[in-house]
Amino acid sequence: MGKPKTYLRPMTGWWRRNPFYRSYMIREFSSVLVTVYALILLFGLYRLFQGQAAFDAWRAALATPGSILFHLLVLAAFFYHAWTWFEIMPKTMPFIRLGGRRVPDNAIVASGAAAAVALSILLFGLVWWVTR
Amino acid sequence: MKRSNKPVFWSLFGAGGMLAALIGTMLVFVTGIAAPAGFLLPGDTMSYARMMALAQHWLGKLGILAVISLFLFHGCHRMYHCLHDVGVHVGAGIKALFHGFAAAGTLVAAYLLLSIGFGG
Repeated sequence: MGKPKTYLRPMTGWWRRNPFYRSYMIREFSSVLVTVYALILLFGLYRLFQGQAAFDAWRAALATPGSILFHLLVLAAFFYHAWTWFEIMPKTMPFIRLGGRRVPDNAIVASGAAAAVALSILLFGLVWWVTR
Repeated sequence: MKRSNKPVFWSLFGAGGMLAALIGTMLVFVTGIAAPAGFLLPGDTMSYARMMALAQHWLGKLGILAVISLFLFHGCHRMYHCLHDVGVHVGAGIKALFHGFAAAGTLVAAYLLLSIGFGG
């Protein structure tokens, strides 16, 4: 006797059937770009360890139009990741109570986004101040 | 009952996701666009001397390690779960491969940071 032939619904292209699935897959694809970005930084650290000539070659590679274009794509992925991360934060976090009332969902999303904006400005300000 | 290793990887995934959401976008902008293109920031923002000083400082080391390691754990954890969504049903071995990749990246980063030393 062979294996029973169980019907398996084909999965090809299922995410194209519904706009929600499509945005889900785009969000999940951003994890690939997050990983690639971490590897670019790790490679930069390796080049830094190798010495000035190696590190300057890494910097020159980063300054090519292809790299800048790619980083624009990575930037979009990170922005989309941040947006969706805070959007679902009310569902991923335990309930917070303030004065006996549950903190409303939109306040959690807004405070997460506000923290990201504040920290980003702080980070840019720090880099700007150091390089002044 | 054998303890699940899920909380460990879930925490690393969560910490990486939070770090990426909070500062990831600006970090990509600075290291990948503004500094290399000399746009809004000077072209020598990531000069060898400056990056070396950052990597030699204990706080800089911690920051670099946190970003590389947590982004890797976050990305690999999600890529692993993505396999299921595209119809690839894999077992524990492949899961270990994804998490092992992130762990290996972390170890390499830690080794490089230690080798770079503390200067002076």
